Amino acid sequence: MLRLITLRIALGVLTLWLVSVLVFVGTQVLPGDTATAILGPSATPDRLAALRKLLHLDDSVVAQYWHWLSSLVQGDLGTSASAGVPLSEILSSRVQNSGVLMLASGLIAVPVGLGLGVWAAIRRDRLADHLTSGSSLVLAALPEFVIGMALVLLFATTVFQWLPAVSLLGPGQAIWSKPQAAVLPVAALALAVIPYITRIMRGSMIEVLQSDYVQTARLKGLPERTVILRHSVPNALVPAIQVTALQLAWLAGGVVVIEYLFSFPGVGGLLVDSVTGREITIVQDVSLLIAAVYVTLNVLADVLCILITPKVRTGIS
Amino acid sequence: MSFAGTADDVALAPIEAVHARRQWLETLRSAARLRRTRLGLLMVGGLVVLAVVGPLLAPHSPSAFVGPGLTSPSKVALLGTDSLGRDVLSRFLHGGRTVISLALLATILGVGVGAAVGMFAAYARGLVDGILMRTSDVLLAFPQIVLVLLLVTGAGTHLWLIVVTVALGHAPRTARVIRAAAMEIVERDFIKAAEVMGESRWRIVFGGIMPMVTSPLLVEFGLRMVYSIALVTAVSFLGFGLQPPTADWGLMINENRLGIIQQPWSVVMPVLAIGLLTVGTNLITDGVARAAIGLDRRRSA
Amino acid sequence: MSANPDRADAPVVDIRGLRVDLPDAGFDVVDEVSLRVWPGEVLGLVGESGCGKTTVGLALLGHCRRGAEITAGEVLVDGRDIAGANDAELLALRGRVVAYIPQDPPTALNPALRIATQVREVLDAHLGDWTAEQRDERLREVLREVHLPSDDAFLRRYPHQLSGGQQQRVTIAMAFACRPKVIVCDEPTTGLDVITQERVLETVRELCRRHRVAAVYVSHDLAVVSSLADRVAVMYAGRVVESSSRDELFANPRHPYTRGLLRAVPDLDGARSPVGIPGHAPLPGARTEGCFFGPRCQLCSDECRREFPAVTVVGPGHEVRCHHAHQALPGEAARVPQPAQALGELVIEAQGLSASYGGNQVLHGVDLGVLAHECVALVGESGSGKTTLARCIAGLHPDYEGRLLLGGTELAPRARRRTTDERRRIQYIFQNPYASLHPRHTVGRSLAAPLRLFFGLKGSACARRVAELLERVSLSRAAAESFPEELSGGERQRVAVARALAAEPAVLVCDEITSALDVSVQAAVLELLADLQQQMGLSVLFITHNLALIRTIADRVAVMSEGRIVEVRPTQAVLEAPEAAYTRELLEHTPRLDPQPSAVAAVLGPDPVDPVRAEPQ
Repeated sequence: MLRLITLRIALGVLTLWLVSVLVFVGTQVLPGDTATAILGPSATPDRLAALRKLLHLDDSVVAQYWHWLSSLVQGDLGTSASAGVPLSEILSSRVQNSGVLMLASGLIAVPVGLGLGVWAAIRRDRLADHLTSGSSLVLAALPEFVIGMALVLLFATTVFQWLPAVSLLGPGQAIWSKPQAAVLPVAALALAVIPYITRIMRGSMIEVLQSDYVQTARLKGLPERTVILRHSVPNALVPAIQVTALQLAWLAGGVVVIEYLFSFPGVGGLLVDSVTGREITIVQDVSLLIAAVYVTLNVLADVLCILITPKVRTGIS
Repeated sequence: MSFAGTADDVALAPIEAVHARRQWLETLRSAARLRRTRLGLLMVGGLVVLAVVGPLLAPHSPSAFVGPGLTSPSKVALLGTDSLGRDVLSRFLHGGRTVISLALLATILGVGVGAAVGMFAAYARGLVDGILMRTSDVLLAFPQIVLVLLLVTGAGTHLWLIVVTVALGHAPRTARVIRAAAMEIVERDFIKAAEVMGESRWRIVFGGIMPMVTSPLLVEFGLRMVYSIALVTAVSFLGFGLQPPTADWGLMINENRLGIIQQPWSVVMPVLAIGLLTVGTNLITDGVARAAIGLDRRRSA
Repeated sequence: MSANPDRADAPVVDIRGLRVDLPDAGFDVVDEVSLRVWPGEVLGLVGESGCGKTTVGLALLGHCRRGAEITAGEVLVDGRDIAGANDAELLALRGRVVAYIPQDPPTALNPALRIATQVREVLDAHLGDWTAEQRDERLREVLREVHLPSDDAFLRRYPHQLSGGQQQRVTIAMAFACRPKVIVCDEPTTGLDVITQERVLETVRELCRRHRVAAVYVSHDLAVVSSLADRVAVMYAGRVVESSSRDELFANPRHPYTRGLLRAVPDLDGARSPVGIPGHAPLPGARTEGCFFGPRCQLCSDECRREFPAVTVVGPGHEVRCHHAHQALPGEAARVPQPAQALGELVIEAQGLSASYGGNQVLHGVDLGVLAHECVALVGESGSGKTTLARCIAGLHPDYEGRLLLGGTELAPRARRRTTDERRRIQYIFQNPYASLHPRHTVGRSLAAPLRLFFGLKGSACARRVAELLERVSLSRAAAESFPEELSGGERQRVAVARALAAEPAVLVCDEITSALDVSVQAAVLELLADLQQQMGLSVLFITHNLALIRTIADRVAVMSEGRIVEVRPTQAVLEAPEAAYTRELLEHTPRLDPQPSAVAAVLGPDPVDPVRAEPQ
């Protein structure tokens, strides 16, 4: 079992390294002079040269990559090209804010999604199931910014005016100084994720409910509670965990659009601003961070699956 | 109905012999009999017609200034004006073409490449499979929107780039799904039988495996289309897609969202259109998925 | 069916006019089923796939598959009607009064729960008034009864840590844990090798006797039923067509279906050749008017086409649903074995073949050859390596050491590396005809592939040849237009045979080609293969786990065990005077149809607790 887990983690690290290469190549090697792109066509040659030096643009691509990665590993995130401040300062509060956003959406979405899935499966083909399936079909289709915009229209502007439409948090402000600012972004993210978790859990649960071992459990005269809670849900969770992790990882991408929409001061909003402002180092760091979250969550899901599957855990006897 | 050991009295629902020469046609035909598919077709069809003929019906040019900014509906501008004083209705009628065509192109490209990669990986197994799948792992490590932003940073905002990057995000995901479906097919005896006879790899993949994965492929196409629409509009919404003064639904939301209290129409209309388009596409997809399951069930009986 | 005059006490199972419907599909799965079982008695419920026997078995537990429901009749178990019971009553009955032994233990046991939990929860659910110690005591007792270890280490195991036989014993322990009055056994030994099967059957039998439990044993295997059951009910297309005591049924079958079935069962002792029943059983929605067996019956008359026959009592406790129960079946001309052809040179030969599968070595230096015009049967239990050997020959398992010679030239291990002519001369027929034909290709297209690849045939020449091939395997030309799903299992396997013949091969490798088919169909496919082999002078390597099949078809037999060939000799010699200890063991444990005093009865002696059985039937 340990070997399997180690292997999975090693694979994750390898993926992450390849991701860093892609991040670097994707942003830096494509045509166009980066310094000109940042400073604009009217910049003086002196300023361009200074910026190139600051960003190590005159080194070879490999050297640049090495410089970026090695300082990153040592905790040096680099410097903002336009503001001239260390990125760690800009990033820390934003990472926290986005983290809270993701965590809160995840904490709501996972139990609700799994619970609805189990419920719909038990009530298969009845009204509860049709309602759940129907609404998850609609919600799953809607882009997150459409959900967000609809929430704004409903709860912040035209219909009701209960909650702020934009976060109105200063760049360095932490989310807990104004928690109501997070309500709509969290709701939008959770609503975008729940239908996927519900659907996989429902499907997985239905499959388990039709399995021979659940039939055996029923024919043993076990109470329905035991059949569901002991025999069905644990087995149905295994496939659902993978998809749930994927959805939580998706949140890392979802925050980009949602934070922009609500002017929420997190990494996602920062990424959009940096793409606009061609702050290449920030784009690289943030993309890598998001990818790291993504890969980590997937590795965690696989490890969890290994741990809860007796057949894998105990090895082949 | 096989050996007594496996399937006594099976789910007994056979009867009408289903002719299977064109499995995908059969699936679509039976999907079209479902209410949800029809509803979806109605929604998508309506919006496609709107996107195609909309520009002909628009009362104004999408970039003409017809009055002051953010005015309420009037006789001149039936849905009012946007933040720059342009006619909301005209911009709305012009704004659908790009969304639908970019999304469709990206889906065809992404699903096509992904499906081919998935089938070949499943059939080749071993090293080729390993390399293809590790490559897809790297692409899969990014949420699709981040992948698009990353490449936009490097290469600037171009429409072709949006199509390619959205497709690039789709391909590994489609490859996974199709590979998983094909893996099970590849192990079946009829593929082995073709191998023993010395059938060419090409024929095995496209003549043997592909007809068996048409259902997941159709469903995958629908799903990817839903995500393509979401991504293309999201990229525009973030300001990296079509550039002003072009009319585009995503861009319209971005341009007018701060004036939402004075003039909701310029946001409501595109939000509604994008929502209907994605929900409609998803309804069709769900109908196809159900039809496919239904056909499979009847077959296995 | 009607009361048996021999029985003084009340039956513990009394099914009266049971009907199970599929309301959505609009037809019944089973109807007019009436059966009785007395305490301590084993009723064998026999039939081919799709006949509804499992549906009846599950109805005894008040359970129906999804989409099906009990729509008429009573199912009295220990005096209580289980068909009309509410949910709470069902919970109390299931596992306590009537218990279930499932078909396939690897899927019937929950993979995520320990053995102890799965047995223990039955006790917890039904013996709530017992103390924890008492339940623990019973848990260990019942495990000992099924001859499993009852120590803590064993109790902590998960299902995947047990062998197939042990898994089945766990399910038996679960069923007997609360000392039920009735158990329903749903083909519990399918998939086990013959030796394990016999031991498991022995255990079931022993427990039924000891606790005076009535058993309904659902099976497709007449030989197993004949060794286990006291009475037998035969089902066809959702109806019980004949029922009687075991001895009476096997000695004096009255329904043409029962008679056909008995003739179709291959006989190890060689008194006769198996004869198939033409056609195949109808699907529930496609049954004919009148007697459902009519279309396959030699005695079918106008009366049979008009109405389904009512129950006729033909003897004490012997009931038949046939209009012609007293009429003799026209004697089938016994197939005269044709004089053996002169054997030729070695066609295919394996020399010192060793191969691994999934990290385990499954073949250990196997030497085996097949001569021209010869049929060699390769016999062994599952896991003995026989299929691996076949796949090596076919070029599907290239990971081997040693040599394979085709007509004296060495073959490349991988099919792709072999020449077209080599590929043509070796043809491999797969076990499962449901998997070996492409479901989206017409039969014609499947048959055209070898013609195109090996002979470059196209267009009308190809179509003509396809038609010839179909006729060769007794299918109509029209079959070329159909898809596999429109054919029955036997028809599909004929198509697979035709595809192999299309290549005009020198050697045919048949890998368990009848094991996925019903008995009545299996016999017909065997006949076809034997005819083709003799008429076309083919060499055949016939792989099977079923020793009873080989007498009909094989010139020589190779017996395989754990990757080694333990004996290769002429068929007659192996069957009558086996040399290897393993062969003797296999022969001994292979269930025979003729009810003889079974090994079990000999071991246990007459049972003192069941006076009923001691009386003459």
